Amino acid sequence: MSDKPAYRGALPRPTPETKAFWDGAKAHRLMLPWCEDCGRPHFYPRSLCPHCLSSRLDWRQASGRGTVHTFVINHKAAKGFDQVPYVIAVIDLAEGPRMLSNVVVDGEPTPDNVRIDMPVTVFFDDVTDEISLPKFRPAGGAQ
Amino acid sequence: MTLSRKAAIVGAAETDRIGKLPGMSRLALHAQAAKNALADAGLTLADVDGVFSTVAGPNELSEYLDVVPRFVDGTGVGGCSYMLFVRHAAMAIAAGYCEVALIVHGESGRSWIDMEAATGTPASPAGQFEAPFGTAGAPTTYSLPVLRHFHEFGTTKLQMSHVPAATREWALLNPRAIMHEAGAFTPADVEASPVVCYPFNKLDCCLVADGGGALVMVSAERARDMRKKPVYVLGTGEATAHRQVAMMRDFTVADSSVLSGRQAFAEAGVTPADIDHLMLYDAFSFTPMMFLEDLGFVGRGESGPFLAETTRGPDGRTVYRTGPGGPLPMNTNGGGLSYCHTGRYGMFALIESVIQLRGEAGARQVPGLELSLAHGPGRQFAAAGTVILSNA
Repeated sequence: MSDKPAYRGALPRPTPETKAFWDGAKAHRLMLPWCEDCGRPHFYPRSLCPHCLSSRLDWRQASGRGTVHTFVINHKAAKGFDQVPYVIAVIDLAEGPRMLSNVVVDGEPTPDNVRIDMPVTVFFDDVTDEISLPKFRPAGGAQ
Repeated sequence: MTLSRKAAIVGAAETDRIGKLPGMSRLALHAQAAKNALADAGLTLADVDGVFSTVAGPNELSEYLDVVPRFVDGTGVGGCSYMLFVRHAAMAIAAGYCEVALIVHGESGRSWIDMEAATGTPASPAGQFEAPFGTAGAPTTYSLPVLRHFHEFGTTKLQMSHVPAATREWALLNPRAIMHEAGAFTPADVEASPVVCYPFNKLDCCLVADGGGALVMVSAERARDMRKKPVYVLGTGEATAHRQVAMMRDFTVADSSVLSGRQAFAEAGVTPADIDHLMLYDAFSFTPMMFLEDLGFVGRGESGPFLAETTRGPDGRTVYRTGPGGPLPMNTNGGGLSYCHTGRYGMFALIESVIQLRGEAGARQVPGLELSLAHGPGRQFAAAGTVILSNA
């Protein structure tokens, strides 16, 4: 692992309420907090359920399937992001919650190969030894 | 109890210059704006007993100006904070908590002298769940709702491009506008400008500048004896719906704009049809489109076709709906797109409403004006503030 070039992009610093999410990502599992009282998942992870304020949360692995709710194709790189353009997207997870992530396609992203409502599946980008970022690819390799 | 017409804006001014000001710090911009607005009102710092500011907190600004206000507000919800300050000042004045409210903006957005990024720590929700995915400032986040709007309503980039083209027409009439000398462009030119973050091209994006502005407010009663024609606060509204753009409940509606607009119209007792002049914060071309819909000036999803419908003036030139000579004059200073944008632009929108209502707008003056509405978002459609103003 140590021969990997140093990652220069922004890195998350996990907090007590998000640690299980980032631990899950490191193990390549997309984990969501599920409320044991109202039965609903939420994202981003909070210390209590934003739907009913219950603190009885249970971490469960999500399917990793979703669709592109909306997206942009950024041509002006953020600090540490070397490859432009890249896609920033809001993903509708199959379980209900939405999350912001990247959609990675073969070749350069365009409005033709990234589309709204396109099915996607999660993969994990091991950007450092500690942090893996959940990102998405077109489902089934279809583009 | 209603606060409608209980308070008035009696001083409104900007820094001597706007644009690239490497000789002025964030606080120097605040101080000059405050000085100019007080002079406009015919008051002095000794009269001020309420201070409202956010890019410099009220502690910092009061120290810099050596005042001891008995009412302070440092609400910081982004660019619309100044719309909220007008509301809060009206409340404080009505309650007797202060008599002379000084609302100040200053921002070294371009020269970046004594500025800090408002992005939060890597442990904040945005630091954990936005920044690692390469968000790079407003162009990458304000843009996220756009394609969803296109998808649901058939809105097009060409329709959206009418906003910057119309706004530039106003800047050409305003000698203070940063783009005053830059010439007109067409909607097609917007699409031909370099891509920044699809669906935004360069001409879809606001300017980045240094500058400041300030407002002075007193009770409507006291306003009658002041130097300048009073501009009365008819109705206000505020709301905040989230912080991160990905948390929008519906990407085609800004919940905070809807809620703040509803409150302002109800308090003012007017409807969108009554408004003569609009200042809808244009961080990007798309931003005011959302607000035209959220505030009820057009139906949901109708902003694109509405804006794209142009006419010809007597000289054969294109007349945009929201441009000079059009039926709905909007962002008449030239907007964030072509006038000035420091980062938290709401103050400039409010000042233009005041200038127009006083009849001081020169070549860009909208004739027969009585009601103006200024509306802004905070962050990316997160918070919102609405102010309806009247000169009668």
